[in-house]
Amino acid sequence: MYPSNILDTSLLLSAIEVGTHYYWDIAGISLHGEVFIISWLVIFLILGAAFLATSSLEQIPKGWQNFMESVLEFTTDIARNQLGESFYRPWVPFVSTLFLFIFGCNWAGALIPWKVLSLPEGELAAPTNDINTTVALALLVSLTYFYAGISKKGLGYFGRYLQPTPILLPINILEDFTKPLSLSFRLFGNTLADELTISVITLLVPLFIPLPIMGLGIFASSVQALIFSTLAAAYIAEAVE
Amino acid sequence: MEPIIAAASVIAAGLSVGLAAIGPGIGQGQAAGATVEGIARQPEAENKLRGTLLLSLAFMESLTIYGLVVSLSLLFANPFTG
Repeated sequence: MYPSNILDTSLLLSAIEVGTHYYWDIAGISLHGEVFIISWLVIFLILGAAFLATSSLEQIPKGWQNFMESVLEFTTDIARNQLGESFYRPWVPFVSTLFLFIFGCNWAGALIPWKVLSLPEGELAAPTNDINTTVALALLVSLTYFYAGISKKGLGYFGRYLQPTPILLPINILEDFTKPLSLSFRLFGNTLADELTISVITLLVPLFIPLPIMGLGIFASSVQALIFSTLAAAYIAEAVE
Repeated sequence: MEPIIAAASVIAAGLSVGLAAIGPGIGQGQAAGATVEGIARQPEAENKLRGTLLLSLAFMESLTIYGLVVSLSLLFANPFTG
């Protein structure tokens, strides 16, 4: 029949690289370099934007300060809608950071033509298309809602596992595992699916046809950032209510 | 890779995302339809409804995404290649 290497899927889809990374070996640990480069870029962009907006605060905001204040208002609303008027304030920084970081990561992958820069191995893309990034973010959310619940109610927090009936105990425990699983898979799958769709269509028709899909990708990735931070706030709200 | 494993993986990858899209598709349609009904009945509630709709749509979509993750792992990180 066929020579066996023709069925090697990585050969068939040679223009699309998934699972190849630019490894950094630091003290015996291999790190995914391309993910680090883009996340640092996003972190510095957000820090720079925040620094620019707050370096000369004015009573009547204008220009950049005005813009960043409306951004903060938007992210504050995410926390307020889920946590309610009386609890939301301490969680605004966490939820806002999650939103801004994921939003920045997704748009950095979607808007900047990283193909111009070539790495020895792997390619630069949104950091959220690496499952390690999304799992880290999702585990952070898990730790945070445990912390929120325990610091609010002490050990009484675990009484929630017996609600509404003790029969549901296994399902309630299982939920603590499915929450980070679904959070991380949702973000990872959506980002990777966007990029894969765009690269497959660009492979077939390089001009103009991919543009609407790119627009959809930009919209979908901002919705994903919103969803992730909304769900984080909702899980915290569930723990503190 | 063995040809039979490659063929089975590709078919399974297609099926996993295709089958996973059926249920959430029906669910998303019902949710969107109910939201349109709600907006038609009470146009001033549109903003609240839209937020809830987007959130629940993302929940349903994540079910398809699970299928997608399975198919991606079959295509690009196949554990049976040996």
